[in-house]
Amino acid sequence: MKGSPVDPNRIYASQTSAWFGQIIQRSDDGGKTWNTPGGEKMPDPSAPPAGISNKFFYDTSAKPLTTHQWYDGTQHPWEFKRVWHLEPSLTDPDMVYAGVEDAALFVTKNGGKSWQELAGLRGHKTGSKWAPGAGGMCLHTILLDPKNPKRIYIAISAAGAFRTDDGGKTWQPINQGLKSQYIPDPTAEIGHCVHRIAMHPARPDVLYMQKHWDVMRSDNAGQLWNEVSGNLPTDFGFPIEVHAHEPQTVYIVPMKSDSEHYPLDGKLRVYRSRTAGNEWEPLTKGLPQRDCYVNILRDAMAVDPLDSCGVYFGTTGGQVYGSRDSGDSWETIVHDLPAVLSVEAQAFEK
Amino acid sequence: MIRVILPSHLKILAHVDGEVILEVQGQITQRSVLDALEARYPMLRGTIRDHVTQKRRPFLRFFVCKEDLSLGSPDLPLPDAVASGQEPFLIVGSVAGG
Repeated sequence: MKGSPVDPNRIYASQTSAWFGQIIQRSDDGGKTWNTPGGEKMPDPSAPPAGISNKFFYDTSAKPLTTHQWYDGTQHPWEFKRVWHLEPSLTDPDMVYAGVEDAALFVTKNGGKSWQELAGLRGHKTGSKWAPGAGGMCLHTILLDPKNPKRIYIAISAAGAFRTDDGGKTWQPINQGLKSQYIPDPTAEIGHCVHRIAMHPARPDVLYMQKHWDVMRSDNAGQLWNEVSGNLPTDFGFPIEVHAHEPQTVYIVPMKSDSEHYPLDGKLRVYRSRTAGNEWEPLTKGLPQRDCYVNILRDAMAVDPLDSCGVYFGTTGGQVYGSRDSGDSWETIVHDLPAVLSVEAQAFEK
Repeated sequence: MIRVILPSHLKILAHVDGEVILEVQGQITQRSVLDALEARYPMLRGTIRDHVTQKRRPFLRFFVCKEDLSLGSPDLPLPDAVASGQEPFLIVGSVAGG
């Protein structure tokens, strides 16, 4: 789920179930009512065919398109499973990018009525070597450069991070500096399990990454990454976010390990760095400090644009916590939801 | 007149209450009923049959006159009781949750 930066009332959401498949919904009134775009009963004859807002059809015309690698090393055809992330355009409320599983990038230019693949990504020469992470081969992060409309960053578990500088036609892997001991070649061009990337709009060349293990920073648009885990007690985790007004203030929620997805010692702690990494402080006020064994998923953290910068995150135990003061103190906003997959902040005028 | 009963999630998605009443031209088959349903409620495209393969989604089944027709050919004629509107065409989601 995500709202448009240029129209606060416009929100896009993706639902998926084994019963009814992929469903895209759109709200034009800040979430009060929802509709399937393109699902009108009596479509305008000049409009795109109705009912295709849920159709994510891989482009088979782009070359070279390949199969990808399955868990057991065999080749596997690309099969659409679900939308993992929706990223509305920074300038056009009708334009949205969708990151899907099996990893591919789609775009709509008509408010979600129909979607086209940007197949240059999946057609990258390394495509046949991409392999799924434990959660499936998902394209989960899409970052749009506010200063360069042609530049987009994406990340795939477990192929790694990629960047386009021509609006999505061609892509390059940006994984230099990453070291992943769990793959055959720890410094390979692709194959890294990137969990999330974040950027501050004022400094779009500076990227922060929560990798499977390791928190990383790049100061040159992903050309080279350096580890900034510093004094963290563990650097495994999923989400990473940047303060709305301080480009060097970063938030993560470390988990114990790759096989134990819960906070170290049962203490739920957000870690904040005000120095763009390396020096981290635990934020605990208002968060459970004993017997807490929830996880925080990669899309379940967000900041708001208010002066004091609200920070929010949701847990697999169904709690959503919020901070009104950049993380100094936290309160429970709601505590009995199903596992929280996505948290987004949208600011409305009073 | 064909009567179709949707699972509750699809009723919400299609903004309908109760049964759906459809006029279906030609032979009354699974395929012609579903085609007519999707033409009238395009938001249901892809939710009952896969967008690309047009195959029934695995967690949905089709029942008529207390018989499960899910595995039958989509082009076989449906019973007269459905064609005449006496009996509904049921689209049923598999039970989940234990």
